[in-house]
Amino acid sequence: MSAPRLRATPLPGIGVQYDLVTKDQRHLSVVAHRDGARTVNMYRADDPDSCAHSLRLTGSEAGVLIDALKPSHHSASLLYTTDLGLVAERIEVAAASRWNGRVLGETRMRTDTGASVVAALRRAEAIPSPAPDFRLAGGDILIVVGTREGVDAAAAILGRE
Amino acid sequence: MHSAVLLIEFGSILLALGLLGRAAARFSLSPIPLYLLAGLAFGEGGLLPLGASEEFVATGAEIGVILLLLMLGLEYTAGDLVTNLKSHYPAGLVDMMFNAVPGAAVALLMGWGPVAAVVLAGVTWISSSGVIAKVLGDLGRVGNRETPVILSVLVLEDLAMAVYLPIVTALVAGAGLLAGSLTLAIALGAAGLVLFVAVRYGRVISRFVSSDDPEKLLLVVLGLTILVAGVAQQLQVSAAVGAFLVGIALSGEVAEGAHTLLSPLRDLFAAVFFVFFGLHTDPASIPPVLLPALALALLTAATKIATGYWAARRAGISVKGRWRTGGALVARGEFSIVIAGLAVSAGIERSLGPLATAYVLILVVIGPLTARYTEPVARHVTDRLAARKRVPQPVEEAEEVPVGD
Repeated sequence: MSAPRLRATPLPGIGVQYDLVTKDQRHLSVVAHRDGARTVNMYRADDPDSCAHSLRLTGSEAGVLIDALKPSHHSASLLYTTDLGLVAERIEVAAASRWNGRVLGETRMRTDTGASVVAALRRAEAIPSPAPDFRLAGGDILIVVGTREGVDAAAAILGRE
Repeated sequence: MHSAVLLIEFGSILLALGLLGRAAARFSLSPIPLYLLAGLAFGEGGLLPLGASEEFVATGAEIGVILLLLMLGLEYTAGDLVTNLKSHYPAGLVDMMFNAVPGAAVALLMGWGPVAAVVLAGVTWISSSGVIAKVLGDLGRVGNRETPVILSVLVLEDLAMAVYLPIVTALVAGAGLLAGSLTLAIALGAAGLVLFVAVRYGRVISRFVSSDDPEKLLLVVLGLTILVAGVAQQLQVSAAVGAFLVGIALSGEVAEGAHTLLSPLRDLFAAVFFVFFGLHTDPASIPPVLLPALALALLTAATKIATGYWAARRAGISVKGRWRTGGALVARGEFSIVIAGLAVSAGIERSLGPLATAYVLILVVIGPLTARYTEPVARHVTDRLAARKRVPQPVEEAEEVPVGD
């Protein structure tokens, strides 16, 4: 079998379109817009020139999707050990989060979920093992380690508005 | 005192435009028809005649045209233009034949003379890239296989504008054959030179203009464009073409940055331009030309659909896609008004402005509808025709039933 080929078509004024025909003859295309947005298109079976679905992603959404599509990648986890059953994940504190401006202890994260925050990334700076009196700010990225369920619960807590 | 009136008038125009634009967005329409209508309402013979801000609005309108063309140039690299010209020129020629000729013919039929014929030919020829790009996005067709065909037709039209606008400028200025051909030679030479320089040295020019500071980038690009536009105007080449060529010459990061910075400015001044055009049209002059405008609109909607069908067939698109291509190309808008504006400001044929206004009003509204419905309607009609042919052969119909399960 030959290697899959990505065909590029320039779309003047919009960007570039990349077409892919899969092994079972399905057509897929991605339009790379100049502004960094991406549109993922699937074609209709009865009208192969026309899109059945057309999904527009922002540049950062496309980045997350690319991560997920990489065969070597397991979600956003930094550490994944099936033996130990522990995962580490980067979780962002949104600007709209209720924790923006409150201290870490208030989230009661370790007590309620068993997951702990091992580091906080703030702009270029990394704060290792932040204490309960560490004041969170919107845009902080927390590295949370725990069981799969624990980390998911921690993400839910941090996502509260 | 005078300046207070000016501020009040200009402020109310902008505010009214903003509210209209919002209303248009709610119904996902192009705001262009509403801006034109607003101009009609404000201007001479309208509901609210303006006095103090007239000159100010006129200058704003001029900048609007320059920015429209600059942004158009920024959308394309010189490479895009050259490849398109090489591989799609037959589609461009068919487009010109099918759509410019009806406009010219109607002008001659109305006894307006050759200059008005050339102007009206341009009005009916050039589709609205702005409206069409938006409609393609709204309908989720950016990824469709016929979209490159649609875009290549638009690119060729835009390129053709670089040759066509100087011709019109010379004609409406009443330049003689010699002066006219000299202007044309200058324009063609300039366009050719800019394309050549942009392909070869685009990076050097872009590096010269480039700046990390948005403020400086904005000032340099805007200053350069308006300066070149002014020089072009002085040479009778048309300011718009000068601006278009500046846009083409800039590429890469600079084009990207300038695009982001100038988009809001373009939107502001382009809106002012549409209002200005409406201002100069007396609403009372529209009803008499409404019927010819409607006839011309229907005729040239049909010829555009035919153009798109032909161009898509040439590119190997299936029948449904051909109809979609045709339907998408119907909208006329900003450039028809730019062309008509040249004739109106030169005082060519008094009914031409109102006719162009009515024509654009009709097609900018119909365009998105034809983009959506041409293919289903065409399919419906061809199905009906096929069914009628099949009636005398009931055997064939009976055979088809199990297939439908």
